[in-house]
Amino acid sequence: MDFNILSWLIWVPVAGALVIVALPRDKKDVIKWVAASFTGLQLIFAIVLWMNFDKDFVGFQFMEKAAWIPSFNITYMLGVDGLSLPMVLLTALLSFLCVFVSWNIDKALKGYFSLFLLLDAGMMGVFVSLDFFLFYIFWEVMLLPMYFLIGIWGGPQREYAAIKFFLYTLFGSVLMLIAILALYFTCGRTFNMIELMATAPTALDTLSWWGFSGMKVVWILLFIGFAIKVPIFPFHTWLPLAHVEAPTAVSVILAGVLLKMGTYGLLRINFPMIPDGTVWFAGALAVLALINIIWGALCALAQTDLKKMVAYSSINHMGYVMLGMAAVVAAGAQHGSNSAAAQLGMNGAVLQMFNHGTITAMLFILVGVIYDRAHHRNIDGFGGLASKTPIYAGVVALAFFAGLGLPGLSGFISEAIIFLGAFPVYRTIVMISTLGILLNAAYFLWSYQRIFLGKLNEKYADLPEINGRELFTLVPLAVLVVLLGVYPSPIIDVMKTTMANIIELVQVSPLMIMP
Amino acid sequence: MVNYGIAILLLPLMAFVVQIFIGKRLPRNGDWVSVSAVALTLCLSLAMFGVMLVKYDPEFSVDETWTWFDLGSLQVQIGILIDNVTVVMLLVVSLVSTLVHVYSTAYMEGDLRYSRYFAFLSLFTFSMNGIVLANNLLGIYIFWELVGLSSYLLIGHWFEKDSASDAAKKAFLVNRVGDIGMFIGIMLFFTATGSFLFRDVFAGVESGLLSTEILTVAGLCLFAGAIGKSAQFPLHVWLPDAMEGPTPVSALIHAATMVAAGVYLSFRLFPIFTPTALTVIAYIGGFTAIFAAIIAVTQNDIKKVLAYSTVSQLGYMILAVGVGAYTYGLFHLVTHAAFKAGLFLCSGSVIHAMHYAYHELHDHESDPQDMRNMGGMRDKMKTTFLTMLICTVALSGVPFTSGFLSKDAILAGTLSFTLHHPEHFLLVLFGFGAALLTAFYMFRLIFMTFYGEPVRREVYDNIHESPSAMTAPLVTLATLSFFLFFTLPYFNPFSDHGWFTVLIDSRDSVVPGHLNLTAHEIAEGMHHAHTPAMLLSILIAFSGIGLAVFMYLQKRISADHIAAKLSLPYKLSLNKFFVDETYQRYLINPSLILARMIAFFDWEIYDKYIVNGFGKVTEWFSRVVGIRWDYDILDQQIVDGVGRTTGFFSARLRLIQTGKVQNYLVWVLAGVIMIYVFQAI
Repeated sequence: MDFNILSWLIWVPVAGALVIVALPRDKKDVIKWVAASFTGLQLIFAIVLWMNFDKDFVGFQFMEKAAWIPSFNITYMLGVDGLSLPMVLLTALLSFLCVFVSWNIDKALKGYFSLFLLLDAGMMGVFVSLDFFLFYIFWEVMLLPMYFLIGIWGGPQREYAAIKFFLYTLFGSVLMLIAILALYFTCGRTFNMIELMATAPTALDTLSWWGFSGMKVVWILLFIGFAIKVPIFPFHTWLPLAHVEAPTAVSVILAGVLLKMGTYGLLRINFPMIPDGTVWFAGALAVLALINIIWGALCALAQTDLKKMVAYSSINHMGYVMLGMAAVVAAGAQHGSNSAAAQLGMNGAVLQMFNHGTITAMLFILVGVIYDRAHHRNIDGFGGLASKTPIYAGVVALAFFAGLGLPGLSGFISEAIIFLGAFPVYRTIVMISTLGILLNAAYFLWSYQRIFLGKLNEKYADLPEINGRELFTLVPLAVLVVLLGVYPSPIIDVMKTTMANIIELVQVSPLMIMP
Repeated sequence: MVNYGIAILLLPLMAFVVQIFIGKRLPRNGDWVSVSAVALTLCLSLAMFGVMLVKYDPEFSVDETWTWFDLGSLQVQIGILIDNVTVVMLLVVSLVSTLVHVYSTAYMEGDLRYSRYFAFLSLFTFSMNGIVLANNLLGIYIFWELVGLSSYLLIGHWFEKDSASDAAKKAFLVNRVGDIGMFIGIMLFFTATGSFLFRDVFAGVESGLLSTEILTVAGLCLFAGAIGKSAQFPLHVWLPDAMEGPTPVSALIHAATMVAAGVYLSFRLFPIFTPTALTVIAYIGGFTAIFAAIIAVTQNDIKKVLAYSTVSQLGYMILAVGVGAYTYGLFHLVTHAAFKAGLFLCSGSVIHAMHYAYHELHDHESDPQDMRNMGGMRDKMKTTFLTMLICTVALSGVPFTSGFLSKDAILAGTLSFTLHHPEHFLLVLFGFGAALLTAFYMFRLIFMTFYGEPVRREVYDNIHESPSAMTAPLVTLATLSFFLFFTLPYFNPFSDHGWFTVLIDSRDSVVPGHLNLTAHEIAEGMHHAHTPAMLLSILIAFSGIGLAVFMYLQKRISADHIAAKLSLPYKLSLNKFFVDETYQRYLINPSLILARMIAFFDWEIYDKYIVNGFGKVTEWFSRVVGIRWDYDILDQQIVDGVGRTTGFFSARLRLIQTGKVQNYLVWVLAGVIMIYVFQAI
């Protein structure tokens, strides 16, 4: 193919960052519009990619491959499949919208937008890399702009939050690097993910480190690296802090895209490359999912800071993703070869990744809207805003109801099919985790009541209504939330072939066949 | 027919979309959009009803299924089912909805959020029709939650009042408790049968895909949804609070249609309930019927009386399902929809008038819903009084009304069930006891509101009859409370035999093992129990009415006196048996405390001490390594130590370096001797 669309997706924002660096610092509008147009271009590429994607093709499409460091067999290899495509779309969409969310940033605009575009490129790179080394480079590339975006443009505790985020993630990355090297040396010195998917499942069996099964150790090392990103309990406490301190757009990116990298990594690397480990750990993953769901929901219920509540809701919602992923074992013989359940769970997990991306983005943008006006986020410090700002209240209601999984909105379908998929395998866990949907409703409705209902707090008697720019960032997300809630096929259709393939790859594990 | 169904489903949805986005900018705030959309659905429903009557086929059923989304090895299917039950339900929903829409144009006139109100009313109509039309469990669940949403939005219509926003939240959350049970039930059936469609689920049950125990649990889980939505004990607590919503909303959602959805669901699913499940259902329904009736007796808020009455009547319907007379549960649903919606709309008319009178007197303190502030209003509001009286008579189960037919049939069913299973004698007591109380508290309401002397003359003078947009629906609904509409083509007011009982066909249980009575056997039993039940129920209805006459009309017996005599039962009833307080104290508060404890632990202990502890340990370690070991020990002691040692020895050795040859020779000699000595050893 002549037109390397995936490279364009990665390098367009980099080019944008370079252009912004070259611009004079006082041309604020120019900088913003450059950022908007480069991310807009990226979004167009992402949509073109989605339209040209062959949804029945098993394997990777739009592949690009070039030698990079031949002496270590490192290549520049890109490709997308049904797992990465929804993430690519989500990244491009949220990056574009976040430029407008950041419109009122005043401090060091040039630095902000160039770092933001660099972050965008890093995220895109993670989702389309097929070389493990390249994947790792992009994974690390994201950290740096994120560190500065939180540390410079964040809230009062920004430096603490930034360093905590950075160190926590770096800790995970180091473990991941060890695992990558272990895979590299046991599987014939290659970083090529497609080759690793073919060779690693058997090659790792012979690996033994001081009496431990190398397969399990590598699985756990990778898992911790990804679990920190998701974040999976007990690696989750960096998240509320980072979300609360980060500027609105960065919170959106953090919750909307970065968290998904954790589950993306598990599905891209752990599941197909180490199926034995996946099957071995699936039960534990379901338990962790349950803890995430209940723990996140209870913590959210207790919050008085709206942004922190939304942050904890992410922990809760990512729990559903993990629960769906754990259902992959349903297709095994000891669970009655229930491949329908496995597909429900796995498709639900990826759909939930996408839906949570759009819903949580709305939530964070909406928190930013009220914070910009009231300069605080204390849930108990408002009251009765619905009578003053009905449009804002309406959009928040939509986002909250999406968050609590109301049918007709996108979150419902993904959560429902996750539950349905996981139920045959983890009956008790699923029954307990359905409590999560009650708690979800409780914290969303309770905070909605405290902020919007009741008598109008006199302090906000002249609170301005949501403006056009803010609505512009919310409407596309709202449309997606409603559309995918009514008709989820546009996303499900592109991913179901890939999901079926991943399920098959996991089923080769001998653990699946032995009772 | 399916196309009609789709049109009925989508018209109110379109009205909702129009209203929510541009309603405010339309003339009259766009109420005509909603009214005409719903009126169109009424026309379509009437057309379908006509077709049904012409066909007169109990077996009539069409359905159509579509693939919603496809996961490869699994297609998730949804669809529409239209049979006689659907047609009747659609007519009930669209009729009451249309009347309530019309009524609201007057009742809500000048409201701040007038177009929003109509938007949500239309959203509700859409969702309710969705429940009725769905041919699968998932579809029912989806619309089930959507009616919950519209209920939430409408209860909270006057959200400036804290009580309204509390009630809205409570309604949604309590319903979600039931919905979780329902979802678990759906998961159990889906896991066993691989489908959501009723026909597949029924076929799966019939072929024994679920063991009897699982089937009982799964059935009761699904029924949990009905407990929530139809406000059955112990999830009844949200419905009385829901009266915070505008009264037309109470009539439509919280009396006639949405709360009856649980009964509808139980009706649809009757064939898959096991005998154990049905017994549980019967007890829940029977207990709720008597429990709520006891509470209704002491309430003074006119809407609260009606609310508890609704809970009680829904209990009847659930009881009917449980004892196998489930066709009559649906029958009571239909008759009740008309007269209870009528009662609510009448009470709305009264409240409207009281509100207006207080408003004229600039009295913002008095409660326009408290019956103790009313009295003697029958002369001022003739239409309202008459229609409300008719609906009350129907609800009390007096002959010649529709309520007599349906309630009598349920009591006959209960009696027949108890004759077969004497150990369940309590159900009969529940049923007849509730009937007695119903007649009593309804006439208490009538006498307190419309009879006696007005409490305040100046208020009384300002009372006016409501406008015709409000009274016309009242007349319609009161008219529909006569027996004739339900017994045609027959004219016997004492027999429920008519188009309804012919067209709404009883279905046999599909639970394997023939553990249940067949529909035929149930009908047979009811036929035998019919006459005694009828006589007894007439007697009981008139006793209740008579008691109310003695106590509240003629005042021969002082209500206060009895209350003082029976102080404990009185207090329990007045305070609704302290169920809310119990939940608050033993469920809600502990949950909130648990949440706060977990959040505190998460943030203040786990994060601060354990996660940051790793950082602290690393920092300490780095200080130890970097300063203490690396600088103090390695650099200062060892590296510099080498230098110092060298310096020390060099200083000593320097002493040997005398520069005198004889000294050196002495050292050489000493060395040679040493070597010899060592070699010798």
